[in-house]
Amino acid sequence: MQNNNQELEPLVRIRDLCFRRGERVIFDHINLSMPRGKITAIMGPSGCGKTTLLRMIGGQLKPLSGSVRVDGQEVTALSRGALMSLRQRMGMLFQSGALLTDLPVFDNVAFPLREHTRLPERMVRDLVLMKLEAVGLRGARDLMPSQLSGGMARRVALARAIALDPMIILYDEPFTGQDPISMGVLLRLIEQMNEALGTTSVIVSHDVREAASISDYIYVLSGGKIIGEGTPVQLDVSDSEWVRQFMDARPDGPVRFHYPARDIAEDLLAGGDE
Amino acid sequence: MSALRALGRAGLSFFERLGRGHIFLLYTLGGLPATLYRWRLLTSQVFALGVLSLVIIAVSGLFVGMVLGLQGYNTLVDFGAEESLGILLALSLVRELGPVVSALLFAGRAGSALTAEIGLMKTTEQLAAMEMMAVDPLHRVVAPRLLAGILAMPLLAAIFSAVGVYGGYFVGVGLLGVDEGAFWSQMQSAVDFHDDILNGVIKSFVFGIAVTWIAVFEGYDTAPTSAGISRATTRTVVNSSLAVLGLDFVLTALMFD
Ligand SMILES: Nc1ncnc2c1ncn2[C@@H]1O[C@H](COP(=O)(O)OP(=O)(O)OP(=O)(O)O)[C@@H](O)[C@H]1O
Ligand SMILES: [Mg+2]
Repeated sequence: MQNNNQELEPLVRIRDLCFRRGERVIFDHINLSMPRGKITAIMGPSGCGKTTLLRMIGGQLKPLSGSVRVDGQEVTALSRGALMSLRQRMGMLFQSGALLTDLPVFDNVAFPLREHTRLPERMVRDLVLMKLEAVGLRGARDLMPSQLSGGMARRVALARAIALDPMIILYDEPFTGQDPISMGVLLRLIEQMNEALGTTSVIVSHDVREAASISDYIYVLSGGKIIGEGTPVQLDVSDSEWVRQFMDARPDGPVRFHYPARDIAEDLLAGGDE
Repeated sequence: MSALRALGRAGLSFFERLGRGHIFLLYTLGGLPATLYRWRLLTSQVFALGVLSLVIIAVSGLFVGMVLGLQGYNTLVDFGAEESLGILLALSLVRELGPVVSALLFAGRAGSALTAEIGLMKTTEQLAAMEMMAVDPLHRVVAPRLLAGILAMPLLAAIFSAVGVYGGYFVGVGLLGVDEGAFWSQMQSAVDFHDDILNGVIKSFVFGIAVTWIAVFEGYDTAPTSAGISRATTRTVVNSSLAVLGLDFVLTALMFD
């Protein structure tokens, strides 16, 4: 029975989440669920709080109010030790890659393995090379992070995020800076991990078509609210103005492209005297 | 009125940082056992902080010793006491100049580098990435550096003093003709192991803690911008130099009253 409940509860369950940065409201009572073994995409204009949301799932930021449950545990209330052991089962791809700049590519990918397992060095080597092969960078193992291009660095970071085969992987814009070929490879990689290992994936992405092609469910965030959600098919035929603007990449519509500001004419006329 | 308010705010933020610094130290100390266990992390830091500071420490020690030899000789010779040059050199180096000057140099050479390194790791989200990989940066990054600094400082101070004595020997005995036997034997009989050598080591040990602690804390507490890193580096050098000089007064008063 217990087991059954666990199966039914989504891996990540966010209820009534509120968050603010200074005066700016980032989340205003939002609810999301990310079911086990599924790929959930989060989309929304730049600066709407997608990275912030991932950080809350990882317990790096505390919400103002509301609940964030991961695998049945309330992240905001966990002790440091419990949070650390939860994070061992999470992989996170940072938007900036965040590779350790003093270590070569190989050691970067080996880092979580060496920190958290007592595997013999030979096995670490095999695992690292397999992960690097999956992102097409086995040949780059000896390069330093400063010698990588932006897209390559992100793929190394991806290899590092999946090194421990975590139960959930949070991808912050995995496709940025990828050419069409590596984009295709990454899409397939995420899909495969999802199918073969049952990994739960959360993808933050601006590449609407690509992300939609592999995700099971999509949330569209804007202005602190969830302005649309559904399966890719549902969103594709949705007639909500908000969703349409985003899915069809229209500049005009209810979603604001601009960071909140006063009227531009007023701003220009004001000269320098604010 | 507003000046008073600013003063109050500055005072509050000072004590807040002081408190954060202590909590930070406490968490970091929790990582020391693991650091001892993973000695490779420690040795690479001892190399970066200690071995790479050797040149500046040795060269400065040599010149300070030479200047001491010259000045000491000029003063002592008026009283016909130039044979006491060895005592003057050894005591002033071992008790004061060795620990203090090498700590000041260490703050400039290694402390600033520590702050910049950790600050940049924070700015580029490397520390956040470690946290997300369930690796505590305080244990993995800060603890080995803190321990390495504390270990390296007394050794560097000892090297500084030893090289300084030879610098003074070179000027006094080699160039100015002080009697070699008297130089060494007077030094040997006047320098006490407990009162002089041990107290000097304790001083440099305390300075090592102060300088490295300030350096790693400033790095960890950096505002994540380029200006933030540059401010933190400056603060490391200024604050740890002031801390060294202040602590030196306190320790001297306690030890040699
Ligand atoms: N450290 C911070 N201090 C203050 N405000 C911040 C900070 N970090 C982010 N913000 C604000 O929080 C909001 C959400 O930021 P976040 O990084 O989550 O956006 P995002 O949706 O990931 O954007 P993008 O798609 O461009 O990565 C932004 O408006 C930003 O201005
Ligand atoms: Mg982002």
